[in-house]
Amino acid sequence: MATANFTLLDETRAVQVPVTLNGAQVRIAPVALRTALGWELKPQGLCKDDICVPTGGQPGLVSNDGVDLAGFANVVRRPLAIDLDEHAACLGVSASDRSAQLASLTAPDFTLPDLNGTRHSLSDYRGKKVLLVAYASW
Amino acid sequence: MPVWQELYEELKGHGFVVITVALDKTADDARPFIETAAPTHPSLIDSDHVVADLYDFVNVPTVVWIDEQGRIVRPNDVAFGSDQFKDLHGIESAPHHAALRAWVTQNQIPFTAEQARERQMLPTNEVQLARAEFTLAWHLHQAGKTDAAERHFVRAGELAPHDFTIRRGSMPIRGLDPMGAPFAELYMEWQQAGRPYYVPLRGSD
Repeated sequence: MATANFTLLDETRAVQVPVTLNGAQVRIAPVALRTALGWELKPQGLCKDDICVPTGGQPGLVSNDGVDLAGFANVVRRPLAIDLDEHAACLGVSASDRSAQLASLTAPDFTLPDLNGTRHSLSDYRGKKVLLVAYASW
Repeated sequence: MPVWQELYEELKGHGFVVITVALDKTADDARPFIETAAPTHPSLIDSDHVVADLYDFVNVPTVVWIDEQGRIVRPNDVAFGSDQFKDLHGIESAPHHAALRAWVTQNQIPFTAEQARERQMLPTNEVQLARAEFTLAWHLHQAGKTDAAERHFVRAGELAPHDFTIRRGSMPIRGLDPMGAPFAELYMEWQQAGRPYYVPLRGSD
């Protein structure tokens, strides 16, 4: 068992969290889970904003060393990519969340820079018809 | 690229805008394309593949039509600016441009909401895990952890073999030539499996 600093990518936002490593298991202290990801351990389960997810089906999710990262990803149904050697992981977005958003036909908003670094959002162009084109140099 | 700029200039008086998004690792990779087209519309860089994830883009070029209320009226489709590489992929550029003009100038909407939904390809658990692996790989690469990054780029490609924004899009990051042998190999593998490299929208002009 060892302690380490883990880089956790919440989608693309990087946060540093102290963790306890035990073999392939990565445990995060509940306080770090709350400050880094906004999820809080409560008697009724893992809660964020007004959503609570029961944790009853995940024995071993919580121990004295904190919350198991893989178990947490499973409970909140988010894909988890992890590199134990480099102490880094990424929590992505679930297929069900993405699919629900796309099937609603509401175009997801985004903000990206142009060549000069000026940032533009899709929502800046509300009221116009938009042709969104993805391309690449490759 | 230059054609999207021409269409924008032609149609902008009708309450229309083009937004291009380059799925390139740095602004410098996209710069020659952008400087040649000299766009007056927003021309953005998506190094982290944020828009690819949000819209489930799995290849380029991909176009989506979004109306004045921010609704998707025509889902992801393959559309080329010109017929420069038509002999390779067999997709004509003119029908899409004509449909686009009809939408912008005459409000001809190609699909009902139900028809648009039927034509959407929604992401699977594997694709979303692949995108998390890609994000981790890109982060590790930027942190100078090249070997670790490679493991996760490979894993991402295995999880989403049809996602060329991952498999081909990661080639320049990994020091592979996206126009050379590594791409030829990928393209042949795909053709031999009987799967088209470009998947056009069903029932579209």
